[in-house]
Amino acid sequence: MSDKKNWPLWEVFVRSKNGLEHRHCGSLHAADEDMALENARDVYTRRSEGVSIWVVESKNITASNPENNGEMFEPAHDKVYRHPTFYDLPDEVKHM
Amino acid sequence: MSEEQIKNLETQFEARIARDEKIEPKDWMPEKYRKTHIRQMSQHAHSEIVGMLPEGNWITRAPSLRRKVALLAKVQDEAGHGLYLYSACETLGVSREELYEQLHSGKAKYSSIFNYPTVTWADMGAVGWLVDGAAIINQVPLCNTSYGPYARAMVRVCKEESFHQRQGYEIMIKLANGTPEQKELAQDALNRWWWPSLMMLGPTDAESIHTEQSMKWKLKRKSNDDLRQQFIDQTVPQAELIGLTIPDADLKWNEERQSYDFGEINWDEFWQVVKGHGPCNKERMKARVGAWEEGEWVRDAAMAYAEKKRNRKEKLAI
Repeated sequence: MSDKKNWPLWEVFVRSKNGLEHRHCGSLHAADEDMALENARDVYTRRSEGVSIWVVESKNITASNPENNGEMFEPAHDKVYRHPTFYDLPDEVKHM
Repeated sequence: MSEEQIKNLETQFEARIARDEKIEPKDWMPEKYRKTHIRQMSQHAHSEIVGMLPEGNWITRAPSLRRKVALLAKVQDEAGHGLYLYSACETLGVSREELYEQLHSGKAKYSSIFNYPTVTWADMGAVGWLVDGAAIINQVPLCNTSYGPYARAMVRVCKEESFHQRQGYEIMIKLANGTPEQKELAQDALNRWWWPSLMMLGPTDAESIHTEQSMKWKLKRKSNDDLRQQFIDQTVPQAELIGLTIPDADLKWNEERQSYDFGEINWDEFWQVVKGHGPCNKERMKARVGAWEEGEWVRDAAMAYAEKKRNRKEKLAI
């Protein structure tokens, strides 16, 4: 069986209701984007779980590598001054 | 990587799981963890797919529209559950085609329960009530398993599964309260599905080869025998409530254990079915492989059509 014959893999993102973001909910195989959308409706929203669906072919996603999590995410760890609790305020100031 | 480095990584890995951290697809993992997960998740996916066959048999014969839409929805859910689980499996770098090939060649197993025939309408009741009941007991603890994609798939599966059991039990209630012939159908279905349902929860702890490692990886949170006892304790009162008799002469409430004692399970039968000698093993595989092979032209046509559309779009763009 050649690779060409197999339906490619798509990642599915569903917005459960307006006001919320699309969230990744899984993947599926489909011949093209139209079929991917229809299959996503049948597989991931059988009980009205969504009002909007995004599909993207999995090969188009670039992901970070957990092995590089150190240099990728650690620089943020020592920057406590980015959080409001870093700053001292007198007790009298109630809302800030 | 040197042996020592791997040992080190393994120690860190086990510690992460012990801290209840989830493992995600691109994280480093021991090869055995990857293999065990592919085996268990694919076996689970195959069971959902093959599990549609004994019920599909009754969709066109359902006694009312209410029963028909419910059964149709249940079978559709099973297709969905198979797909959630296959896609979770694929995150570990195995392709859908490989997984299908393993099922079709007999290399991969699926739950033996689906190798029993569904000969009357009451079997739809018994399957939903008992088989899905046992499946839920098996599956609920997996919502907390260590592999993220599997745990997430199981949350969805469990949420959807609860109607399956209810629709089965409702069929049984109706039959048990019907004419003497209907009640007999219900009792007959219970007689035939009771023991296979107990076997479905797996070999006894003493015989179960994967338990210890699976417990460590949270692929399993309770032993087979504990799950079986839980299933029996919750199901016996449900049978009594609708006036059906569990086909086990040794079944008896044990005041001290606050649990039911039950009779000997015929494990020879279990292993016979696992090895392929159940009443429907061949029929199930024939139906499954047939569907795959006869559907090939449809899959090819869809790809050809997709390509044609893409080419047309590109031409328009020029």
